[in-house]
Parts: sequence; structure tokens; C-alpha cells
Amino acid sequence: MTRKRRHSLPLIVGGTLVGFIALMALISIFWTPYSIQDMTGGRLGPLSSHHWLGTDKLGRDLLSRVMIGARIAIAVGFGSVLIGAILGVILGLVAGFAQRWVDESFSAMFDILIAFPTLLLAMLIVAARGASLTSAIIAIGIGMSAIVARLTRLLVKRVLAKDFITASRASGTSWARIIFIHILPNIWTTLIVTFALQFGFAGLTEASLSYLGLGAPPPNASWGSLLQEAQATVLTSPVAAIAPGVLLVCLVIGMNLVADGLRDVADPTLRRSR
Amino acid sequence: MKVLEVKDLTVQSGDGSKVVSSVSFSVEPGERLGLIGESGSGKSMTALAVMGLLPAELKASGGLLLGTGKDAPRQIIGAAEKDLNEIRGRVASIVFQEPLTALDPLMKIGRQLSEPLRRWKGLKGEGLQKAIISALAEVSINKPERIAASYPYEISGGERQRAAIAMALACEPSLLIADEPTTALDVTVQAEILALLDTVVSKRGMSLLFISHDLAVVSRITDHVLVMKDGSVVESGSLTDILRSPQHPYTRDLVASAKELDNALAIAKNSGGI
Ligand SMILES: Nc1ncnc2c1ncn2[C@@H]1O[C@H](COP(=O)(O)OP(=O)(O)O)[C@@H](O)[C@H]1O
Ligand SMILES: [Mg+2]
Repeated sequence: MTRKRRHSLPLIVGGTLVGFIALMALISIFWTPYSIQDMTGGRLGPLSSHHWLGTDKLGRDLLSRVMIGARIAIAVGFGSVLIGAILGVILGLVAGFAQRWVDESFSAMFDILIAFPTLLLAMLIVAARGASLTSAIIAIGIGMSAIVARLTRLLVKRVLAKDFITASRASGTSWARIIFIHILPNIWTTLIVTFALQFGFAGLTEASLSYLGLGAPPPNASWGSLLQEAQATVLTSPVAAIAPGVLLVCLVIGMNLVADGLRDVADPTLRRSR
Repeated sequence: MKVLEVKDLTVQSGDGSKVVSSVSFSVEPGERLGLIGESGSGKSMTALAVMGLLPAELKASGGLLLGTGKDAPRQIIGAAEKDLNEIRGRVASIVFQEPLTALDPLMKIGRQLSEPLRRWKGLKGEGLQKAIISALAEVSINKPERIAASYPYEISGGERQRAAIAMALACEPSLLIADEPTTALDVTVQAEILALLDTVVSKRGMSLLFISHDLAVVSRITDHVLVMKDGSVVESGSLTDILRSPQHPYTRDLVASAKELDNALAIAKNSGGI
């Protein structure tokens, strides 16, 4: 039997990558090198001791903008995972308990929602309530909820088929209590892994929405808008595109690694072989 | 007044095939009844029907009255889940075949046992702890404190089945249903569990419905038996009568093979093989 590794390598590497981005986001709340309105840096300035990442075409400090972008990415991750988790777990639980055609209807609904492009969903939501960070978070969260719901439904059905559920019912435990003491504890480790994975993807989706102008409006630029703005001048000042691009990749890969690491550490079947 | 009265119980699956057909029997207070039959003969479904715990795709019809022997018995078929939860564990409870799957793998034994104790006896804190320890001690668990603090996978198969029995006994039911409680265990542990059931059932004056595919096992703990085959009761009566003059061909086979086994064991013993 393998020993449980308390600290898995993926968790450390992923945690470091994401931690770095989270730290940038945290600092940006209190301090950025320059104000986002500050256009005194000179257009498309090179990397210098004053502007570590140079300046953009309006003379704004790029590092400051990238830091704000990190804040937005983290906010999108938390916001959309919160919506996706609450909505998804509730729907998945209901579907998990449902039988026959009710169950099939739920499954069909999840499949349609998963197949439905988040982009289109975002456009609809933006049309209804205007382009904003909140609109993007809602769109991503709803899209994510279908993925979470489908997984939750599957996990719930698997746990419901276990003898210990019947045994618990045989001693008079109500369904409501069974959900809290047996079902949720037996599925949450798998769900957490998915949440971590989705956190990273949410940042990526928000970047594509912003790239298309469906995300946070200026001047609070997300990495997606930075990429879009840098596009025209990518040959003359590539850092403006590279910096947000690399951070985006770090976020997605970092969260993937965190998810992998969590799977190793929290998997109850591995825990059993302690 | 009877503890359990089963009248023309029929359990049908969705496609209309009968898993249990027109089974009738009753259990008096303090009576022990054996239910014997080959695998797939409908024993477990009869037991689950009594607890109102049939899988959703199976439907029961007929009469199923369950009571403490003191107050008026209640009809199980068609009863609301809420009413069933008042009966389960308190009026009747069940011990399953495979104790590993009948216990939640992520919950310590003490915590699982605390659920029914807390619910029915309103115990808390110190009192609850004491009740858990004494419940485990009652089923002859040597170090109840250690077992209470263990996860199911950390203890032996025999200890797990004892813990499951403790859970079934927690709310002092009038009827204990044991569905092949020793089938998954080693021979020596089997004998211990049988002896334990024998002791607690006598001590508490409970009724026992003991299910097994093994006539030799049933004969050690009950004196009346029902023989089931393909969902129907083919023979019933006192164990001595059935052993002496089995009527149904299937029962004759059962008795013959049990005797063969007995003889083989006796020969093995005399020749020092076992
Ligand atoms: N969920 C189910 N749906 C349909 N048929 C079932 C289901 N569970 C069990 N059965 C059938 O019911 C019959 C009796 O099963 P069971 O009561 O478990 O037998 P036993 O306990 O005597 O071995 C079997 O033929 C089995 O295939
Ligand atoms: Mg069975």
C-alpha cells in the first residue's frame, strides 16, 4: 500500500503559481505602482526601472494594469465557482434523487446547457443587463453550474446505491439528514477538485469574453482586454501581450495542478490505504 | 399482539415480474423465525419490504403490519416516509450481509452509532459518549473506545458486523431482522456473531427474523423456519419437523446437502482433518 503523501508536488507547484497571482491581486487592492488613470508614462514605453513591464499605447503602467487583471481573474474565479457550485450542487442533488422521466429531463437540461456556448450565454446576459464584470461572472457561473450539476447527479446516484444509505434509512434517518451526513461528505472531495479546475477555466473564459468586449468595461481591464489592446502593437512591444498571456496560462495550469494535487491528497480511496 | 404480520406480500418489478409472490407469515413477540432459500429467492426483498426500504423500481402489495407488540401495529405498504422513519430502528431494524458496505466509509464508528442514539434517546455530550461505549460493549467489542474512534476500514470484519449490530440495536427495536449477517464472515467469526445474536435477542426479549441460505446456520439460532424458492414460501414449520420429514422437493435437497456437509465435517473431525 502506498503511503499517503501529505504534500504532493502538483499541489506545491500549482499552489505557488496560483498563490503568486493571488498575491498580485491582493496587493492591487491596496497599492499599484501607478494609478490606472495615470497616462504620464509615455506611449509604448520600454521596460524600465520606473515601468517594469513598460507602458501601453496610452502611457499607462502595464504592471499596474496586469495586477488589476489578476484581481479580476481571481474575482471571476471565486464569483463564478460560487454561483456554479451552489446552483450546480442543488440541481445535481435534485436530479440525483429523481427517477425515470424527471431524472431524464434534468439530464437532458444539463447536456443542453453544457453544449450551449458560454459566449452566447454571455451575450444574452450582457444584452439583458449590460457589459460588466458581474454579467461575465453570472454567465460563466451558469455555464459552470451545468457541468457541476451533471457531475453531482452522477455522484449522488452512486452514493445512493450504497448499502450504508439503506442501513442509515433503516435506523430512521430522514433524507434531509442523510444528505448532510452521508451524501455531501462522500461527494465533496470530487466536487472540490472540479471547482479548482473550473476556477482556472473561468479565468480563461472571462479573458475571451473581455477580448470580445463582453467583460469588465474600461478602465478596469482584465487580461483578455489587455491581450486585445496589445494585438495591434504586438510586434513592436510584445511584452504587453506576453505578460497577460503568460499569467493566464499560469492561472489555468496552476489550477489544473492544484486540482490534481487535491485529487491525490483528498481521494478517500487513497486515504483508506494510509 | 403480533410484532410482524405479513399477508399475501407480493413484490413486483417494473416489468411486472414477481420477485416475491403471495408470502404470508407472522412473528410473535420474542419469537425467532428463520427464512431460508437459495440466492435470488426473494429473501432480502421480503426483508426490505418489511422495513419499507424496497428499491424504487420495485413495488410491494398486500398487507404488512409492524408493531411493538404493545401498541396497534401499523401498515407499512403505502405509508409516508415520515411515518416509516418513526418505525424504522425503533420497531424493527435490520443487520445486513456485508458490514463493510453497510457502514459509511468516511464516518467513525462512534459517530455513526451516535446518530440513532441522539435521535431517539435525545442524548448529548457526555451521556451520548457513554451510550456509544456501552452500546459497543453490549455487542462484546473489547475496546469500545478504540472502535468508536475508528473508521470502518480500520477494524476487522467481525468488529464491523458487531458495530452494525450495535447500530441496529441502538433504538431498542422489538424486531431484529438479520439478513445473512454471517455470510460475509470467516467461519470462526460466524460462530461468534451467531452466539452474540442469540444472547442479545434473548436478553432483550426481541423477536428475530433470521435470513440465510444455509440451513445449518439457521438451525443454530431459530426453531421455526420458512423455506422460500423463486419468491414463494414452499414450506414452513418447526425446524425439527422439517429436518425429519421435509415435504417439498427443494427442502429435501436442502436437508440432504446440510446433512452431507454435517457428515463430511464429522468425518473430517474424527480423522483429525479439521
Ligand atoms: N432493484 C431490483 N430491481 C429488479 N429486480 C431486483 C432488484 N433487486 C433484486 N431483484 C431481483 O429480486 C430477486 C430476489 O432478490 P433477493 O431478495 O435479493 O434474493 P435473496 O436475498 O434471496 O438472495 C432476484 O431475482 C433479483 O434479481
Ligand atoms: Mg439476499
